[in-house]
Amino acid sequence: MPQVTLTVNGTTHTAEVEGRTLLVELLRETLRLTGTHVGCDTSQCGACVVHIDGESVKSCTTLALQANGASVTTIEGLASADGKLHPMQEAFREYHALQCGFCTPGMVMSAIDLVQKNPQGLSEHEIREGLEGNICRCTGYHNIVKAIAAAADVMHGKRAEIAPAMA
Amino acid sequence: MNAIAPFEGIGASVKRKEDLRFLSGRGRYTDDMNRPGQTHAVFLRSPHPHARIDAVDSAAARAMPGVVAIFTGADIKASGIGGLPCGWGVKNKDGTPMAEPAHPVLAHERVRHVGDPVAMVIAETRAQAKDAAEAIMVSYTPLGSVATVTAAVAPGATEVHEGVAANTSFDWHIGDKAITDAAFAGAAHTVSFDLVNNRLVPNAMEPRAAIGEFDPTNDEYTLYTTSQNPHVIRLLMGAFVLNIPESRLRVVAPDVGGGFGSKIFHYAEEAAVTWAAPRVKRPVKWTCDRTEAFISDAHGRDHVSHAELALDKDGKFLGLRVQTLANMGAYLSTFAPAVPTYLYATLLAGCYATPTIYAEVKGVFTNTVAVDAYRGAGRPEATFLIERLVDVAAKATGIDRIELRRRNFIPADAFPYQTPVALEYDSGDYQSTLDMALAASDWAGFEARRSAAAAKGKLRGIGISTYVEACGIAPSHVVGQLGARAGLYEVANIRVHPTGSITVFTGTHSHGQGHETTFAQLIADRMGVPMNQIDVVHGDTSRIPFGMGTYGSRSLAVGGSAMVKAMDKIVLKGRKIAAHLLEASLEDIEFEGGKFRVAGTDREKTLTEISLAAYVPHNYPIDELEPGLEETAFYDPKNFTYPAGAHVCEVEIDPATGQTEVIAFTAVDDVGRVINPMIVEGQVQGGVAQGIGQALLEHAVYDAEGQLLSGSLMDYTMPRADDLPNVAVSHHTTLCTHNPLGVKGCGEVGAIGSPPAVINAVVDALRDYDVTHINMPATPPKLWGIINAARPALAAE
Ligand code: FES
Ligand code: FES
Repeated sequence: MPQVTLTVNGTTHTAEVEGRTLLVELLRETLRLTGTHVGCDTSQCGACVVHIDGESVKSCTTLALQANGASVTTIEGLASADGKLHPMQEAFREYHALQCGFCTPGMVMSAIDLVQKNPQGLSEHEIREGLEGNICRCTGYHNIVKAIAAAADVMHGKRAEIAPAMA
Repeated sequence: MNAIAPFEGIGASVKRKEDLRFLSGRGRYTDDMNRPGQTHAVFLRSPHPHARIDAVDSAAARAMPGVVAIFTGADIKASGIGGLPCGWGVKNKDGTPMAEPAHPVLAHERVRHVGDPVAMVIAETRAQAKDAAEAIMVSYTPLGSVATVTAAVAPGATEVHEGVAANTSFDWHIGDKAITDAAFAGAAHTVSFDLVNNRLVPNAMEPRAAIGEFDPTNDEYTLYTTSQNPHVIRLLMGAFVLNIPESRLRVVAPDVGGGFGSKIFHYAEEAAVTWAAPRVKRPVKWTCDRTEAFISDAHGRDHVSHAELALDKDGKFLGLRVQTLANMGAYLSTFAPAVPTYLYATLLAGCYATPTIYAEVKGVFTNTVAVDAYRGAGRPEATFLIERLVDVAAKATGIDRIELRRRNFIPADAFPYQTPVALEYDSGDYQSTLDMALAASDWAGFEARRSAAAAKGKLRGIGISTYVEACGIAPSHVVGQLGARAGLYEVANIRVHPTGSITVFTGTHSHGQGHETTFAQLIADRMGVPMNQIDVVHGDTSRIPFGMGTYGSRSLAVGGSAMVKAMDKIVLKGRKIAAHLLEASLEDIEFEGGKFRVAGTDREKTLTEISLAAYVPHNYPIDELEPGLEETAFYDPKNFTYPAGAHVCEVEIDPATGQTEVIAFTAVDDVGRVINPMIVEGQVQGGVAQGIGQALLEHAVYDAEGQLLSGSLMDYTMPRADDLPNVAVSHHTTLCTHNPLGVKGCGEVGAIGSPPAVINAVVDALRDYDVTHINMPATPPKLWGIINAARPALAAE
């Protein structure tokens, strides 16, 4: 079986995989990083989004072998070593942007990439369009959109802390 | 220190305790679990809507790499186990029981819908099981099939189950036909229309999964499953399917990624993996693919109805007549017969003082996947019918649609109010809720916005729906009379530990609702213990005494009330212990803010001191009291709860494309007392998103034979972020009068109130096009067709 070597959340792993093994299977089953989810089989839902070399990618539509030599970040690798959450994680909690939590890892990873790619800032409409590849069945997106806007302010240095949600 | 910070009590938007684990990838959903030595199951499913199984040849598949076992319907049948039970029996008009054909765990001799499981392949890996499933040769003889209720009841239609005449499981009615007919005979106006409530696929984002496990040392089974109600699964599967005593069957529903009803039911795969585990002597795990979910999860809605309203000359409603054909799919799922009967027709009074109602409902078999409860279950179908009918009547009589509603509302001073269709509403104030919604949505300013939109070439419309629903399911004696085969109480066990921290064990289940937070808030508020010292445990039959689970917006109203009862017992016992320690009489001991105090003095004991005394009973009234501080309560509600509200939707339609944009959505709901406003708002927003999805986007479409055309997330339109507006949520509160918390429930109101508000807005936008009704979903081609058909006529004017 072919071998793949990749860095996941800062740790380098080498694994034997089948040619058909998906990156999400490698992450979930071989590395037991089960924070990355599988919500569909048609590349529609975005529950599986991770970052490969800093870019958001649907890990259900990526072969493990395609990630050879790459650096992968999953939801488990977002918080800093001392446990401090990434501003996007903070904002999701502050704005109640998750209910069942199943779409959440993919939603957070997509949202971070969306914000990073738009240093000029994003309108509500642009955030909604930017989430086209992620489905949430629980929240109606209202609070996800608010959370992303609040996280963007921190990620772009406009605020030091996530703006508190109104009670 | 046991003081509760004010931001943790009832009414505070406390951030959720569960979020940290979900946000850092530490949630544990069923598919995240691997059991030692586990095998993987894949189900081979019927590609035919209806066919005879002539032969299943699995010899080649058995020889494939990694295959452990292959089981068919014949193997299951030979082992003597039962079929999947239906939990609710409905009676026909003549009092005879409904037709309830067997629902085999794996299809035997016949398949009745695309997706009916035919064989279970168990292998070392999931990929190997999939490969082997493809190598199984099944010889089918296709039979005729019916996919819609109208086709299924037509004379000469193919029988889905041999001997079930006209494919009708039940022909049920409610209300008084003669009185209702008389009301119509004397009416100044009558209006009627035909409507369809579109079939939906629930699509919780976590696909279903199950792991069956058997421990031969003590003959114990464990099932890990994506369920909203593990105790119900234990009851149904243990007692009716596999014949395993409760003491030997543990059902665990860990983190569950959304349910919306679809994870209430006992599914074949749960029984199959549990049955197979002792046979292969290893754990058996199955995880559903999304496309497989489309043909194996129970669907929702799917009604075809005719509705008629009689009004007097002033627009007062005199009577309502309804006929509904409800699709049951190929088999009766767990609660399926209750949904279009007791959860639907009993709600047909809506918010109105209609004096007489008569409804006839047929539950009809078709060659489609089973239909059962989906968020709102019956109440969205009733609300859509009534709230569209009121708009149809407003148009026909020329009475303003707001005024027509006001004239017919049950007045705020008329509660408790007995409807003509069995329910007694306990509280509500529909006029005030409506006033709030009109103000919040700037209804009065709409015509100016319509003109502004017209200037841009857009058709703008506004719509309202004023709804009431029945949830907090349910008083056992009532539902028992109505055919429920279980009680619908809830159970709470509250354990105060020696150090004063608390664990609450609840029979409800959280799959997005935030129970770990709301329940902890409730306990914190009452017991005076900080939330970080309170843990909520759910989802494991081995840890929780009993329970009926989470659906029908029942967790707080029924489960929370059980907690209040259990806390009352804790406080009483605590007061007895305190009376002993403080050498006072029981009557003089008060409990507040986590302290037991002799009234009027500063002599007190903290809850921690009391719990320590209870577990270390050195100085203790041991003759009268047992040690320990732990209480269990069962709470059976006296009535349903009746949330109500007014939803206003504003849309713009692009006449060039027929595309509808939801510009604004305003929800004013009366959900009773609110424990955590942030969570309630989120529940309403999520429900409204599903309602807008139903109204504009979602439709499970079968072709005439029974092939599911919208069978994947590529074909079935789920609402995405750019399909939806912000949803403004506010409340007008009247308290539930019969539970100790005054709560009503908030999980389903969004999905119940919103669809007619959206369609009323769409019809209003098309007011120049002579449209009376548009069935959901109001897709661009449908609307473009209406606009385009009228174009020559309008141009000619
Ligand atoms: S799992 Fe749905 S897009 Fe990857
Ligand atoms: S939080 Fe449940 S799917 Fe998004």
